[in-house]
This record gives sequence, structure tokens and C-alpha cells, in this order.
Amino acid sequence: MMPMTAIVALAVVTYAFRLAGPLLRGRVTVPAAAERVFADAATVLLIALAATSALTAGHGFVGWARPAGVLVAGVLAARRAPFPVVVLAAAGVTALLRLAGVP
Amino acid sequence: MRWRLLPSGAQLGDVALVCLADGIVGVSFGASSVGGGLAWWVPVALSVLVFAGGSQIAAVGVVLGGGSPVAAVLAGAVLNTRLFPYGLAVADVVEGPWWRRLPGAHLITDESVAFAMRQSAPGRRRAAFWTCGVLLFVVWNATVLLGVALGSAVRNTDAFGLDATFPAVMLALALPALTSRSTRVAAGTGAVIAVALTPVLPAGLPLLAALAALGARWNGWRGRRGQRGQRAVARPALPRDSESAVSQEELSAGGKR
Repeated sequence: MMPMTAIVALAVVTYAFRLAGPLLRGRVTVPAAAERVFADAATVLLIALAATSALTAGHGFVGWARPAGVLVAGVLAARRAPFPVVVLAAAGVTALLRLAGVP
Repeated sequence: MRWRLLPSGAQLGDVALVCLADGIVGVSFGASSVGGGLAWWVPVALSVLVFAGGSQIAAVGVVLGGGSPVAAVLAGAVLNTRLFPYGLAVADVVEGPWWRRLPGAHLITDESVAFAMRQSAPGRRRAAFWTCGVLLFVVWNATVLLGVALGSAVRNTDAFGLDATFPAVMLALALPALTSRSTRVAAGTGAVIAVALTPVLPAGLPLLAALAALGARWNGWRGRRGQRGQRAVARPALPRDSESAVSQEELSAGGKR
């Protein structure tokens, strides 16, 4: 369930982050330490989300097909494969494993 | 300030490649959102109003995982904090009357900022930013809509492995940022925390608990304060295919490393 109010809330917060830079230009400098907190928080969140959405569904293990596809995609991404290849590999490997009967 | 309306041909090619990559993600996002059981207008509204792929995928991922809308908004909002330093970095490009500044701010993305930062001349910065921003907005929304149509037509999107594209995109976006050891430790710790807590906590909370791993990073910040006077804006995570044409130094105009 994703109500419209939640979408609008995320949109407003996101737009505020976007507009703050141009509005505050020249009047504020973000401390380097704070910028690193922003950057690292985003990275930690992305990796944590990648891990949970690759491995779990609801409160349990999702099965092997999805994490296998994500793993292949991760290796390709680390080897600087083009982005479309990474995405298609994740879907392709997972789909093939499911076709072969892996949950 | 003189306007150069269009960037060079080579640059347009790079923008097109990025749009192609994001388009594939857009189709996948639209299809798997609908395939996961969300109404068709949810991915569409997110794409028009939020227009930040990573946070859209994160928010939908939280909800499809059973999390509350509040957790979804929080996760998306944390991911989008990086848009604030981006906005400072390209403030000169977005400057102007309100009717240019307001839509310009909405076009601040990883990709448009990265393309703007590759240019130094003001006119070229503007041309690069606006071309990439506008094209990406059109392509992203069109492909999400296409994905919604496909996802509604195909009964079982899981059979096509589309559910694996969400985590794959997250991983591909985050990998380039894992440059320092302390960031890698924090990210790894966060992932373990989130996965370990998933069976016991309500969905969405394990993700926010992962942010506790930033505490492990604190000593890293303090320890390196002396040697780091330079800016450390997260390098905009360009899709990889454009990286061959863009050196790391060009992208992080402030000199990240």
C-alpha cells in the first residue's frame, strides 16, 4: 500500500533538498563532515536495501533464484559492465533459474 | 550569459546512453511495481513528482516488502539528502528567474549534475544540465509508463526475474561510492544489521536500523579530518556505460580523492 499522501510527502521532501542548494547559494557552505555523513548514509541505505531486497521477502528467505541473479549483477557491476547489461543479467539469471525450478 | 542550446554531438551520445540505461530501469520499475500489486498510478506519480530513481525504487521496495508508507518515505528521503549538496554544486546552472529556477531544481539528478560538472564554461554547463535533465525526465516517465503497461499485461512478472532488478540497481548505484575502507565497513555492517533484523522487526525498520552502522564510521571521520580539506560530495552515480568517456577526476570536479 502506497497512499498518495506518502508519495506527495516524499516528493515535497525531495524537492526541498533540491531547491535548498540553489536558494542558499553563496550564503552557506556545508561542512565537509556533514557532506560525508549524507553520502555515507545514502550508501549504507542502498547496500542494506540491496541486501534485504535480494535475500528476503516479508520476514523470511526469498529463495535462491533472486539472490543468485543479484550476485551475478553485482559481479558485473564491480567489473564495470554497462548498466543495461547489469540490469538485464539480474533479471535473466533469476528468470532462467526459476524456469529450471529453483524457487 | 550566453546560451549554447545544445551540447556537442559526443556529449549528446553520452546523454543518450544514460537515458537508454535509465529507460531499462524505468520499464523494470513500472512493471515490477504493478507486478508486486501496487496500483498503476503509484509508480507513475512517483516518477513525475519525485523523479529520483533510487528513492522511488527504495520506497516501492519497502512497501512491497511489507513496510509502512512512513518507512518508505523515510528511506526515500534519506537517499535524497544527497540532492542538497548536488544543488549547491550546480546552483549557478539553475540560477535565473523563478520560472527557470523552480523547474530547474526538479531536474537535479545524479546524471544531470554529473554532466554539468564535466563542463567548466557556464554556457556549456547550462546546456549539459538542461539537455540531460529534460531528456531524462521525458525518457524516465515514458519508460515507467511503458513498464506499467507491460506489467499489467503480464500476469507473473516474477517469472521474468524483474524482482531481481531492484536490488541489482541499488547495488550498481552504491558500488562506485564504496571507495574508502570505512565506508565499506559501514555498508557491510549495515547490510548485516538489516538482514539479521528482517525476521523480527516490522518491515522497513531493519533498513533504518542499518543507519546505526554509520556509528562505526564516526571514528573514520574524526581520524581523517586533518588530511581532508577537500570537498567530498558523493560522486554522482552515473550508469557505468558512460564512465568510459568520463574520468573520475572530471566527474568529481571538487576532487574527491
